[in-house]
Amino acid sequence: MSTLEIKDLHVSIDTEQGTKEILKGVTLTIKTGETHAIMGPNGSGKSTLASTIAGHPRYNVTSGSILLDGEDVLEMGVDERARAGLFLAMQYPVEVPGVTMTNFLRTAKTAIDGEAPSLRHWTKDVKAAMENLKIDADFANRNVNEGFSGGEKKRVEILQMELFKPKFAILDETDSGLDVDALKVVSDGVNRASEQNEMGTLLITHYTRILRYIKPDFVHVFVDGRVAEQGGPELADQLEEEGYDRFLVKA
Amino acid sequence: MSETATAMSGEKARIGAPSIAGFTEEGENLSPVNETSSPIGGDAAKAHSHGPAASVPQASRGERPTSYDVEDFPALTGREEDWRFTPLKRLGALHKQAPTGAAPAVAADLSGGATVETAGMDDARVRSAGVPEDRVSALAWNAAAEATIVTVPAGAEGAAATLTIKGDSAEAAAQHLVVVAEPNSSAVVVLDHVGSAVLSQNVEIDVQEGARLTVISLQEWEDTAIHASSQQARIAKDAYFRHVTVSFGGDLVRMTPSARFAGPGAEAEMYGLYFADAGQHLEHRLLVDHAQPNCKSDVLYKGALQGENAHTVWVGDVLIRKNAEGTDSYEANRNLVLTDGTRSDSVPNLEIETGQIEGAGHASTTGRFNDEHLFYLMARGIDEKTARRLVVRGFLNEILQKIEDPQLEERLNETVESELAATEV
Ligand SMILES: Nc1ncnc2c1ncn2[C@@H]1O[C@H](COP(=O)(O)OP(=O)(O)OP(=O)(O)O)[C@@H](O)[C@H]1O
Ligand SMILES: [Mg+2]
Repeated sequence: MSTLEIKDLHVSIDTEQGTKEILKGVTLTIKTGETHAIMGPNGSGKSTLASTIAGHPRYNVTSGSILLDGEDVLEMGVDERARAGLFLAMQYPVEVPGVTMTNFLRTAKTAIDGEAPSLRHWTKDVKAAMENLKIDADFANRNVNEGFSGGEKKRVEILQMELFKPKFAILDETDSGLDVDALKVVSDGVNRASEQNEMGTLLITHYTRILRYIKPDFVHVFVDGRVAEQGGPELADQLEEEGYDRFLVKA
Repeated sequence: MSETATAMSGEKARIGAPSIAGFTEEGENLSPVNETSSPIGGDAAKAHSHGPAASVPQASRGERPTSYDVEDFPALTGREEDWRFTPLKRLGALHKQAPTGAAPAVAADLSGGATVETAGMDDARVRSAGVPEDRVSALAWNAAAEATIVTVPAGAEGAAATLTIKGDSAEAAAQHLVVVAEPNSSAVVVLDHVGSAVLSQNVEIDVQEGARLTVISLQEWEDTAIHASSQQARIAKDAYFRHVTVSFGGDLVRMTPSARFAGPGAEAEMYGLYFADAGQHLEHRLLVDHAQPNCKSDVLYKGALQGENAHTVWVGDVLIRKNAEGTDSYEANRNLVLTDGTRSDSVPNLEIETGQIEGAGHASTTGRFNDEHLFYLMARGIDEKTARRLVVRGFLNEILQKIEDPQLEERLNETVESELAATEV
């Protein structure tokens, strides 16, 4: 079993107006096999948390820590974090010119595993995973995310998650922009990964509809750079009915 | 130029085109390197308008003068449509006077029946496929001491000739090459430019009826080389011609390959790959002249740029003349900008004089490899070095594959690798 521990994390960014603090003391612990949902109003810092865990250079950690089984994640480079078992399904996956999906997936898998996957098995695995996620076979020959629709990009993020088998996946609004069928397909993918690989999941979302398919063990309400409240799945339903007003007034 | 990368594209289709299948247009024109100093300043003002921005207006690419006589070309000012992006100061005077130095040595490696010989400039095969289109080419044509002629005999199958052209002088020189692919032959001819030279070159390529010829021109010069090369192909009935340029080295390289159809049912593919480093000027100006019916052409050039003042220019002129019914043509240029401080000019130019065609299209894109791409790849466990290589190699691979020679491909892959290694920060 693995543990991802975020302790009193403070994060700021440099803007034209100066330094701006976005995360103001986030504390959160996830164990493998668990699913945590994070909900919160726009701009509250959810993507900032996700990107900081992944190591995006824009975000400066001013204090606090992120530990993966006791190892200091903040000391690791972006690629090292991925190799250590962290995966971020991005809210806005970027298009990478010149690199085909096939080439990209194989290179990443090789980097993460530290050795090239056996070609025969790998080709089969990729094909099966694509079929499961209803991704057309010709996507393999296209450049990474280039010209993919919003929903297709999200599915391809989940494809990677299934193939790379991380210990922890952070899904940043993977459900946004998905049609009903895709939502089901993507949720199945996440559930498969958490069952088969004991993956821990941090699911950032605005909507309870995905929580019908992916059952969270914990729900955290994120407001103004902090976890304002936590609870079980019932908290999500409560939020859907009441909105964030109660927290915003407090904030 | 001190500009940061301009990611632009341009086009000027001079037709009131009815909708033609496969026809696309996009982009805008670019400002020239050589701006006019005229106080009237028409150019600068027009530079960003949609249309040619040069001070010497030209109605059509097809009307550009050609001649063996230097005097038919006025002295260059740098404001001409076809010279506006070229820094003349760095041309080693190739545009000013006849280059009289000794031409780079040519060593030939032949197989499958191909032959090579030298002949006087009065040989009948000289002037078989080319006519100078500018002053630089005309000066060299008249200055060349002899012609090196590669012949692929009629009916030869899978012949090959590699000419290693090794420069070892900074003196301006002229060189004349002729490649003759006789009827129904098939061959690959490689022009491998290495060392350093100040060279103005005319290459005539005579692709005779039913022949299949690939010419690969490699510019793997040392950093100091200056190279202007006019490579003109005349493609006879039912012939197939593939032209591949690979430009990595040199301080200034200006290639002007052309494919002119001289009979119906022929096909031309023109591919190119370039990689410009800091300070390098790599320019490729293509012409495909569809003057015959039922011919096909496909043009694809891809380039990468990195480093301060790396400058690439790509201009693709495709002419589809009145009688060229049944033409099927496509041209594209794609650039990948790896760092700040580069400049990439890309101007596809399609002129269509008949509506009776199968298809005609063009595309031009300039994409930037940026930190977000890097982050994305690295967030998947890929280290930075590999990530950069992945992108560049993937991008350029499409052209390398067209070379269809594993050994050559391997060598060029290595060059790409060392280009990348050279400027890693
Ligand atoms: N470059 C920047 N300059 C200024 N402010 C920024 C910048 N990047 C992020 N922010 C601010 O940081 C705050 C947190 O943004 P973040 O993307 O983490 O929010 P979020 O909770 O993911 O919102 P959403 O639900 O809309 O995705 C926002 O107020 C945002 O405007
Ligand atoms: Mg967000």
